[in-house]
Amino acid sequence: MYAWIFRNLPGPIWLRIIEALILIAAIVLLLMVYVFPWLSQFSPFTESTIGLNTP
Amino acid sequence: MNRVATAPGRRMTRQKPSAGNRILGVLGEILITLGILLMLYVAWELWWTNIDSANAQKQVTQNLVQNIGDVKIGDDTEEDIDYGPAPVAEVNPGETFGIMYFPRFGSNGSHHPVTYGVGRDVIDNLGIGYYPSTQLPGEKGNFAVAAHRQTHGQVFWDIDKLQKGDKIYLQTKEGYYTYTWYETEIVQPSNGDVLLPVPHEPDAEPKRSILTMTSCHPPFTTRLRIIAYSELTDWRPLEAGPPKEIREMVKDATS
Repeated sequence: MYAWIFRNLPGPIWLRIIEALILIAAIVLLLMVYVFPWLSQFSPFTESTIGLNTP
Repeated sequence: MNRVATAPGRRMTRQKPSAGNRILGVLGEILITLGILLMLYVAWELWWTNIDSANAQKQVTQNLVQNIGDVKIGDDTEEDIDYGPAPVAEVNPGETFGIMYFPRFGSNGSHHPVTYGVGRDVIDNLGIGYYPSTQLPGEKGNFAVAAHRQTHGQVFWDIDKLQKGDKIYLQTKEGYYTYTWYETEIVQPSNGDVLLPVPHEPDAEPKRSILTMTSCHPPFTTRLRIIAYSELTDWRPLEAGPPKEIREMVKDATS
């Protein structure tokens, strides 16, 4: 999968390395900014309130 | 000894893999990807949320300071005046109404905004949340707040470090409420009666104003809750300037 992506990136090898790094950075940013905040509402690990009268 | 025979892999690297090997290869990559995703999520939770929270807190603190107007810092001359009983703070749903100062927290003290509500929208990003079902600052009874112990700004990380005589200050547009810590307890997460006007006493009539801080315990778990109680011991109007213990912190927070 990753080898296939790397082989199909355009350009010489040095450019493909840069492209791969940009891709990785973009995916990490996407996860950090959008996906994980959304995911965390299902996570039971961050409750710090108490009692039943919390919304 | 035949050295070539001990390293057979070298000559076979370009052979076309079988279908089974390719499936195994893809499966392996998927597992590695899942592992990396989990590690990234942990990194997000433990590190990134603190940055997000710090930015959001800074933003709402600035908004609040703009609403309060010029904050007078004052000097030692007005230190010992008694300003009488504290007024009840005005708190509207959804608004950030105060800044709390904790000289004990961190290496040099810390301050965080206080916002109405304890939903994720508040405590995940805006620092401290106020339980709307509890009493207001200055009112007889229990002014209760919640914040994260770790992650999302780790606002109450040092809640277990509070000691006898430690002060916690709340600045609102009315003035400065000074609370003095007196007790900390560990309870089950379902134990909501710590939020009663008199904690654990459902029918008691409150005679004093207290501050109840709730957070997670032990750190990095949600197994129990740590509850820190403080009593309202002093009050100063905004015009009198902050108590001298937090003068530098107020200057820092409101500039």
